[in-house]
Amino acid sequence: MSEPLLVVEELQTHFHTRQGTARAVDGVSFQVDQGQILGLVGESGSGKSVTGFSILGLVDPPGRVVGGEVRFHGENLLALPPERMRKLRGSRIAMIFQDPMMTLNPVLRIDTQMMEAVLAHDAVSRRAARARCREALARVGIPAPEERLKAYPHQFSGGMRQRVAIAIAFLHKPDLIIADEPTTALDVTIQAQILAEAQDLCRDSGTAMIWITHDLAVVAGLADRLCVMYAGRVVESGDIDAVLDHPRHPYTRGLIDSVPSRNRRGQTLAQIPGMAPSLLNLPSGCAFRPRCPQRTERCKQAPALDELRPGHRVRCFHPLRIDTPVESPA
Amino acid sequence: MSTPQRVLIDDIETNRVPILAFRNLGKRFVKPLDLAARIAAHLGAGYREEVVHAVDNVSLSIHEGEVVGLVGESGCGKSTLGRMLAGILAPSAGEILYRDKAVSRMNPAERREWALDVQMIFQDPYASLNPRLRVREIVGEAPRYHGMVKPRELNSYVAEVLRRVGLDPGYLRRYPHQFSGGQRQRIGIARALAVKPRFLVCDEAVAALDVSIQAQVLNLFMHLREELALTYLFISHDLGVVEHLSDRVVIMYLGRIVEIAATETLFEHPNHPYTRALLVEVPRIDARRRRFAALQGEIPSPLHPPSGCHFHPRCPHAMPHCRESAPPLREIAPGHWSACFLNDEPGNPHV
Repeated sequence: MSEPLLVVEELQTHFHTRQGTARAVDGVSFQVDQGQILGLVGESGSGKSVTGFSILGLVDPPGRVVGGEVRFHGENLLALPPERMRKLRGSRIAMIFQDPMMTLNPVLRIDTQMMEAVLAHDAVSRRAARARCREALARVGIPAPEERLKAYPHQFSGGMRQRVAIAIAFLHKPDLIIADEPTTALDVTIQAQILAEAQDLCRDSGTAMIWITHDLAVVAGLADRLCVMYAGRVVESGDIDAVLDHPRHPYTRGLIDSVPSRNRRGQTLAQIPGMAPSLLNLPSGCAFRPRCPQRTERCKQAPALDELRPGHRVRCFHPLRIDTPVESPA
Repeated sequence: MSTPQRVLIDDIETNRVPILAFRNLGKRFVKPLDLAARIAAHLGAGYREEVVHAVDNVSLSIHEGEVVGLVGESGCGKSTLGRMLAGILAPSAGEILYRDKAVSRMNPAERREWALDVQMIFQDPYASLNPRLRVREIVGEAPRYHGMVKPRELNSYVAEVLRRVGLDPGYLRRYPHQFSGGQRQRIGIARALAVKPRFLVCDEAVAALDVSIQAQVLNLFMHLREELALTYLFISHDLGVVEHLSDRVVIMYLGRIVEIAATETLFEHPNHPYTRALLVEVPRIDARRRRFAALQGEIPSPLHPPSGCHFHPRCPHAMPHCRESAPPLREIAPGHWSACFLNDEPGNPHV
């Protein structure tokens, strides 16, 4: 079997602060195959965004990638000289941020920015570059792309801006796109449009995607595989149906149960007691232990990410039984 | 579970006096011209004041004990409407009635009762608490000012309110920054509850919270509703949350109410094309690997809303006269209101 497109192994990203070391990403491993969409899910502070930034080498001090490997087409990105990494970034791997203004420069016209992105990686004429930009805008559903090329970012609505950011990410038909909560700030109808664009583009160009989000419902419709993170670690990963229909980790189960759903209207929602721990002051052993209904003495040791079934991994000493139904009995 | 929803709908039919109602309510925001533009306008340049009809001629009655969900996308006027009901913004047209008494004709004592009885809970638990006040002041200020508790008893009163929202009364002397997002939202709820309100306007009250914390706060809302017999207007863009909590749902689009129905009816038999589009596009955890089929077009700017039915440029069923006149909100089934000309067409499958 050939190696997957991206393999992340035991990735460690730490933030060294005056209060101590925060292990934002603490031994994260997963892989993404070509054309696959991986949902990376977690609550605030779970390390999901830092994982995305680490893959691209975009972690700013005081954060530092201190260990692990990120193999992209078999090549370890963490060992790459900065110049090579810059060549990859934007052409083979691209990123879409939650706030499109992180991608767009507010004082430059869209055409200036997009053509810069084309010319940075391809030796084409300015005219050809411009044509490609126009095409890219049209592909993400921006009406009158020729005129819109001459506009500034502030002349676009939030949804349109995010489309421009997506158009830029897809300019070079990258092999992998890392999307960090790109629809969180958008309205429902606009979110659906963006999800549709992303789906189409991935299917047409065979691009793989890591979709980082806190919203299980969004990845449920989009992703092929799911990785659930808690306090810097992957606690469960597997096929989307396996994880959502038969969650084995108590945290995943708790997350799914706390989403209001159709058949439990008006009833008390199952809730995970307590709150996510501070990364500076993590409980020893399993970080979920203080909130977990199944904790035992044994959980004071750190559990490993075990493969319980082919492709379904869980980091728990007491995984839930597979026949435990997700819906609480009405 | 005996369905409380049913009972409430029956209540509406028995013509009880609603706790809060509004008739033909409207809010315009006007950006006045600056000096240069005024001079230019005087000389004949085409400058005009910019007017936004944030809320445009809406009416509704909310009954005691009911939870009404108010749904819409950004710029639809849902927050403006909530703020008018809570007395934070003054309406520019129409009337708000509290227990059948028009707010504009209230005497000071009645006005005060309305202002205390209708409280608001805000979206951002970081921006809505004064960072320089201790929890004791944040929660205790209003009841003390209004003479609801004796100064000596303030501490124990605030402690009691904190306990009610699930906070440790030992936190009395802490500042907001010492709390997590979920706890801050509880402080915001405690502040509202401290004046013993009857009606809560919750404006995106759980939108800023993580999923597991959101569930905790939603449970608190439901628990308080039972314990204190509160009435809610629950404003949200999240249909899942609204469906979970509400008895009735109101859908707004660009300043107008387009559909009102009991929650079950609305989610099972949505009538207005906009509601139908919204429901299709809500991501659900049980819908896997789906095709997102997008409703075309942007939400138009409220500065220049489309003519006639505001939704017509995005509506898959738009007809010529949708462009010319706005469809009135009409009762299409008992308790189910919708503003769409399609309902007048013979043979419409959605009626």
